[in-house]
Amino acid sequence: MQRSEALTEADRLMTICNSCRYCEGLCAVFPAMEMRRAFTGGDLNYLAHLCHACGACYVDCQFSPPHEFDVRVPAVLARVRHESYADYAWPRALAPLFRRNGLAIAVITVLSIAAFILGLAAFNAPSTWLESRHGPGSFYALMPHNAMALLFGAAFLWAAVAFIMGARAFWNDIGEPSATLAKPRPLLRAIRDAASLRYLDGGGVGCYNEDERPSDNRRFYHHLTFYGFLLCFASTSVATLYHYLLQREAPYPLWDLPVVLGTLGGIGIVIGPIGLYAAKRKREPAMMDGGSRGMDVAFLAMLVLAGATGLALLLLRETRAMDVLLALHLGAVFALFVTMPYGKFVHGLYRFMALVRYARERHSAELEARST
Amino acid sequence: MTPEHVIADHPLTYDVVVVGGGNAALCAAIAARRAGASVIVLEAASKFYRGGNTRHTRNMRCAHDAATATLSGPYPEEEFWDDLLRVTEGETNEQLARMMIRESKDMLDWIAEQGVRFQPSLGGTLSLGRTNSFFLGGGRAMLNALYLTAERLGVDVIYEAEVVALDIDTDRFRAAIVQQPDGRLRVRGNALVAAAGGFESNIDKLVEGWGEIARNFLIRGTPNNRGTVLDLLLAGGVDSIGDPTQCHAVAIDARAPKYDGGIITRLDCIVFGIVVNTNCERFYDEGEDVWPKRYAIWGRLVAAQPDQIAYIIFDAKSANLFMPSLYPAIEAASIGELAGKLGLDAERLSATVTKFNTSVRDGDFNPDILDNCRTENLTPPKSHWARRIETGPYYAYPVRPGITFTYLGVRVDHEARMMMKTGGPAQNMYAAGEIMAGNVLGRGYAAGIGMTIGSVFGRIAGSGAARHAAQ
Ligand SMILES: Cc1cc2nc3c(=O)[nH]c(=O)nc-3n(C[C@H](O)[C@H](O)[C@H](O)COP(=O)(O)OP(=O)(O)OC[C@H]3O[C@@H](n4cnc5c(N)ncnc54)[C@H](O)[C@@H]3O)c2cc1C
Ligand code: SF4
Ligand code: SF4
Repeated sequence: MQRSEALTEADRLMTICNSCRYCEGLCAVFPAMEMRRAFTGGDLNYLAHLCHACGACYVDCQFSPPHEFDVRVPAVLARVRHESYADYAWPRALAPLFRRNGLAIAVITVLSIAAFILGLAAFNAPSTWLESRHGPGSFYALMPHNAMALLFGAAFLWAAVAFIMGARAFWNDIGEPSATLAKPRPLLRAIRDAASLRYLDGGGVGCYNEDERPSDNRRFYHHLTFYGFLLCFASTSVATLYHYLLQREAPYPLWDLPVVLGTLGGIGIVIGPIGLYAAKRKREPAMMDGGSRGMDVAFLAMLVLAGATGLALLLLRETRAMDVLLALHLGAVFALFVTMPYGKFVHGLYRFMALVRYARERHSAELEARST
Repeated sequence: MTPEHVIADHPLTYDVVVVGGGNAALCAAIAARRAGASVIVLEAASKFYRGGNTRHTRNMRCAHDAATATLSGPYPEEEFWDDLLRVTEGETNEQLARMMIRESKDMLDWIAEQGVRFQPSLGGTLSLGRTNSFFLGGGRAMLNALYLTAERLGVDVIYEAEVVALDIDTDRFRAAIVQQPDGRLRVRGNALVAAAGGFESNIDKLVEGWGEIARNFLIRGTPNNRGTVLDLLLAGGVDSIGDPTQCHAVAIDARAPKYDGGIITRLDCIVFGIVVNTNCERFYDEGEDVWPKRYAIWGRLVAAQPDQIAYIIFDAKSANLFMPSLYPAIEAASIGELAGKLGLDAERLSATVTKFNTSVRDGDFNPDILDNCRTENLTPPKSHWARRIETGPYYAYPVRPGITFTYLGVRVDHEARMMMKTGGPAQNMYAAGEIMAGNVLGRGYAAGIGMTIGSVFGRIAGSGAARHAAQ
């Protein structure tokens, strides 16, 4: 198969780095690279997904531009990652969604929100719409719980299937046996590395953004975003359990677990992405893949929208604004779910899998070293 | 340079003026500033290219009594001294060298205190894990850390500030004249630290020592080390040390750029093949010793060949035994075809290979030790790792002399103070790094000593200059 320009360039860079190796202590990419002499497309995709874009190898490299060797590892690996998302997309027909991703996601979101507003308006008598409501079940007066569960359950299922298919495509591409995914040691290692963003630390001092001064900003905001998202997810899960196991209906009181989790999570997915966006705006352009900017921003914006509408709903749920806010929030969350497999969210999945493989490779290499 | 060319005076008079921007300069600047002096660094390069050859370095050699987090075992002073004595074949100032080795024990901690980070001790890849500490992220990362520290301490730095003249009154430095993009600037100081590197990037100066053949040399590092400051100092009455043709020169890929190709153009496959010149003749024992030990002799050997070029020839058996490098090897299905691609005479090359092959005595090939695969009745012999070149495809790398740095420099005393031709030390002029490396390294090289010389003498020069300026 003809290699894309990005893969060809990544191959050139990895050949240079492999003969230099000065960056081998910075992250997992370089030790993984050193285990190979030549690089297949799958190898390059694997290395690209191991990269956390901390920027250290750009700021530390004696061959970064204006040097004629033009070594820009973070930017080129970002480009490769971006291209690979479309390659792994399921169903194939939706791969083009990655092309003008910012626009695509914006359109889907607007349509989704519009559908919820119109839907809620259509299914509720004009006299009850925009009325202020109180107490348990007030959301479901507007939209029946079963309808909500069905709709979101379907969206969730769709996303889950698309992720699994994407993950399969990635695993096949990098040529790793599926058995690796069942081994506890690499899995645990990868969970630890991913949860701590171990490789976004520039080799220990923090990552590099606008200049050669390291800072830990991006890691901090990424943590807010990621754990914020997890808390929101946990909130929804707890609420679902409440509903079915305890027969307790939302909205819940402020001190109740789903609300506490959701509030903390909501704050995380509002502040985190804003911080990441601010860092992105200041970032040295030579470290970035300009082509994926739309996708990055769209995903950050989606998270902020979902978080902000959720928090607003919490604050104003006793007022007449509730109906509109509920429609907005449900629309945003629905759009987030259905677009997740076709946007920046997937980086987390492939990065995690790359970390699993890296943990396996490291372990095998250590065993081999011990036995010889 | 006459004063009329000076368009402006720097408003400040600094205690210490540091010329250069590499490891030696920054160690001096930081040490002087920490001793309370006001300090300015004048760096000829732009911000990106700051730090000359230091940008390309990877590690530093320091004596130490026990293994540390970054070093796999003890490296006593005496062993360091033995290593230095062996590579220089006695061409070293014993008093200065022993002092440097003693001081080097303290350097790793000191450098780390300035923000430089080291890698955890490596496994054997480079067999330097015991003697040398590796900078995390390499030399440029190390420089970035030193610059951040210097700036934080309040050292002034100007880039694109090439020193083109020195105002020296007998044995006393008064000011440096700096060429900047928009004109000239006079920077006055109470003391000078010259840390402006050697003269390896000045081909005309190399030609003075080596003759015209030097035009075919490639320079592995910065194009900025042109020896301007060295010349100015020697013209100003400072005594010199060293031989203009002594330098660190290795064989690097002939396709490398003229300057700044750095580490990735080196080739460490010589021990696995044979090396021929344009007449298809072998000219040295390729298997004399393990690669790191004999690495630094091949620059000189290739420089002595016609057109200053040679070719490493090996076969498929050896293709994966060495570190990959920047350019792919030239490949062919037969030795004749390979000769064609290299522009060599096919018959002659085949004859050389055949003769080599018939002289090979089989043994147990082992790339990690001095094995018993050698030739018999062949001149020059190949004493180890000799294996017949008979398994296609066949490969070649063209190589040229790659100059790392030069040894002719200014003579200094144990305080890093420059010595005058008239005898006795200068009043307020100090030197550190490549520009005075010849005091310790008269010839030869041991990996990581460039950084040792720069750090140790840089720190001594910086504190000495600060002390002097305070008087
Ligand atoms: C590819 C390569 C790899 C190397 N690897 C190692 C290694 O791993 N370990 C090791 O110990 N050594 C290594 N060396 C050698 C090492 O680079 C030098 O010994 C060391 O950098 C010398 O430090 P320095 O500060 O004296 O000079 P440099 O680092 O070269 O700095 C000289 C500075 O002076 C500036 N300058 C020059 N002229 C003027 C002027 N007229 N006015 C103002 N500024 C001027 C230059 O711009 C430069 O910043 C390597 C060298 C190369 C080329
Ligand atoms: S990024 Fe630059 S310094 Fe780092 S390994 Fe690659 S070539 Fe070497
Ligand atoms: S940007 Fe950071 S994570 Fe990516 S390859 Fe470079 S050092 Fe590794």
